Amino acid sequence: MKNIKLMYSKMTCLLALVFLVTISCDRDLSEEAEFADFAKTSEIFIEAPIGLGTDFYFPFSGSKATAWSVDESEGYESQVSMRFDVPNADDPEGSYAGAIFRIDGSGRDLTGYDALTFWAKASQGVTIGELGFGTDFEENKYQTTIQNTSLSTSWTKYIIPIPDPSKLIEERGMFWYSAGTQETGGLGYTFWIDDLKFEKLGTLGTPVPSIGEDRTVQAFIGTNTVVGNRSVIFNLPSGVNQTVIPALSYFDWSSSDPSVVAVEDFGRIEMISNGMSVITATMAGVQATGAVTFEVLGEFESAPIPPARDPADVISIFSNAYNDVPVDYYNGYFAPFQTTQGQDDIFVNGDRVINYTDLNFVGIGTFVDVSPINANEMTHFHVDINVREAIQAGDFIRLQLINNVGGVETSGDITIDGSQFQSEEWISLDIPLADFNGLSVRNELGLIFFISDATISNIYVDNVYYYKE
Amino acid sequence: MMSKTIKYIIKGKTFLFMSFLLVTLFVISSCDTDETQTVATFTNLVMSDEFDTDGALDSELWNHEIGTGVNGWGNNELQYYTDRTENVKVENGYLLITANREDFNGSLYTSARITTQGLFEQAYGRFEARIKVPSGKGIWPAFWLLGNDCETNIWPQCGEIDIMEFLGDNPTTIFGSVHGPGYSAGQAVTKSYTLENDRYDTGFHVFGIEWSPESINYYVDDALYQTITPADVPGEWVFDSKFYIILNVAVGGNFPGAPNDETTFPQSMLVDYVRVYQQ
Repeated sequence: MKNIKLMYSKMTCLLALVFLVTISCDRDLSEEAEFADFAKTSEIFIEAPIGLGTDFYFPFSGSKATAWSVDESEGYESQVSMRFDVPNADDPEGSYAGAIFRIDGSGRDLTGYDALTFWAKASQGVTIGELGFGTDFEENKYQTTIQNTSLSTSWTKYIIPIPDPSKLIEERGMFWYSAGTQETGGLGYTFWIDDLKFEKLGTLGTPVPSIGEDRTVQAFIGTNTVVGNRSVIFNLPSGVNQTVIPALSYFDWSSSDPSVVAVEDFGRIEMISNGMSVITATMAGVQATGAVTFEVLGEFESAPIPPARDPADVISIFSNAYNDVPVDYYNGYFAPFQTTQGQDDIFVNGDRVINYTDLNFVGIGTFVDVSPINANEMTHFHVDINVREAIQAGDFIRLQLINNVGGVETSGDITIDGSQFQSEEWISLDIPLADFNGLSVRNELGLIFFISDATISNIYVDNVYYYKE
Repeated sequence: MMSKTIKYIIKGKTFLFMSFLLVTLFVISSCDTDETQTVATFTNLVMSDEFDTDGALDSELWNHEIGTGVNGWGNNELQYYTDRTENVKVENGYLLITANREDFNGSLYTSARITTQGLFEQAYGRFEARIKVPSGKGIWPAFWLLGNDCETNIWPQCGEIDIMEFLGDNPTTIFGSVHGPGYSAGQAVTKSYTLENDRYDTGFHVFGIEWSPESINYYVDDALYQTITPADVPGEWVFDSKFYIILNVAVGGNFPGAPNDETTFPQSMLVDYVRVYQQ
């Protein structure tokens, strides 16, 4: 049988050749056209980078760009490995190490593998914040992450299971990492990675995907969101469970009522009409535990649109009306006293709105990796706040601005009494910067705090900016 | 029945061939086994349960053992064995023995243990089962044989042949062992077999022994991984009498240790078939 098939295909070739010669002007796809085969190369780094092209290393913003190098005196069963020098937190060239390794060219077909594996050790016992693959700085469609990987001072093999290999038909994001000094008191260290490659292990347990605990989320027509708390647990050949954080696209999402809540590309979820719908998901045919019930309440009432202003008269922190300056975060999640959840996670017709829940205090940061705000030329601070609950006597929101965070700090605050808000209504606040008691300098503003001491726990926030009148 | 018979004969032949191949290899590479060893071949099917009828077990072949035994079946095991369908049933062509986490008669876990004691007992032959094991720390499934006179001829004198034991936190390895006088429990004659590119809890594997007066050969699928002869045991050879079959899933105990936070329940052992051949 095999011989016959071979001969047949040879004849097809011959025929095809003849075809090519005679009707080569016809550019239509023939019936036998197949998709291009992408490289199935497994290795990423053994004694040198393999098949990555020339321009493949892209550091994260704020990280030390020179953290990665090839060390020719250390290696797992060799003399060569990848070396990562995580800088001290106060390194002027970058406060952490992090980057992606992206193929300079076409991606690889990884469907025949089930894990990314490597050997690693560190200059001291340390946990590496995030390691993974699938990050390409484009769609990051199949970003895959393991967190808090514990490295010792001796070479150990690590396994990052692929959540669903059948999805990875052309992947360029071969590896990514992010390592800081939160657990080493700001002091740098070195770790090495060697024999980084995709493998077909066959020894991974059946994946157990999850989209978190069952929960109900209230939302508005026209808003869209994504389901967080995604994970998939694999039992490793060692018997230890490894939790992997998979990108949305590894899941197949479904909505119990698509006329209420629709699932769009990449797992984005859009609120269509009033009602309830339950979102569930599968991964590689396995039902994920957990379900998210969306209760769609109607149209979202957007914050008032800010007036048009000369760009030179505005420094926008969070607004769709103006161009925002770079911001570190909209929620610093300050442990251990902060309870506040939420950040810029409501999307209404393309506009982003912050929803802080469980509010006691929360900060918007502009001092870690971005330039602090010089508001010397500005006269006012603006914010729109919509309180999502009944307002009671004693409720308040205190706004606090902090200058030169971590240096010679200066701060000023102003307390807005609850009586100035109305439940479920947008209230616009325009506060002269001079009214922030104690704010004697404002050339390096690094934090904007919203403080309620839990008197008010659920607010929408929009249009945060400084302006000159 | 006719087609079944034919199937078995073909299978037997395949196996015969396999055995010769493997044994040849074994002789060449082995350093601790007598080179004059003979291979027993068993092609005559004398007992099989294909678990084709949903519901309860065939009561003409299987007993249920109930309770916690003495000292957790001698191993400080944590489960209470029941004959409830929550713990043992036949479904979709498989026997399911299921360990659950539940308070039951003073135990924290329930499971099941079935035997052919008094119903099917035999000396020598090929004993095999096709099994997909459960997993997780503290989960301890087994397919094994016990001498049918253990009630009067106290263990380990009565003999125990463990065809397959599996510890749920070591998903790529199984153990095959014999226990007898002078070589029991921690001193049993045992060998492990580790899969290189597969694991035991994600698919079915055939676990078998070929037991003759001269030796007990241990197999996983097509691989012979251990031969135990009378010369290999540091005591009396007690494997010349009738033994019966036991299938169970234990939870906790001296060998596997207790389940931990990562152990999920229920955990089911699926058995596709149990077959016994004679010469």
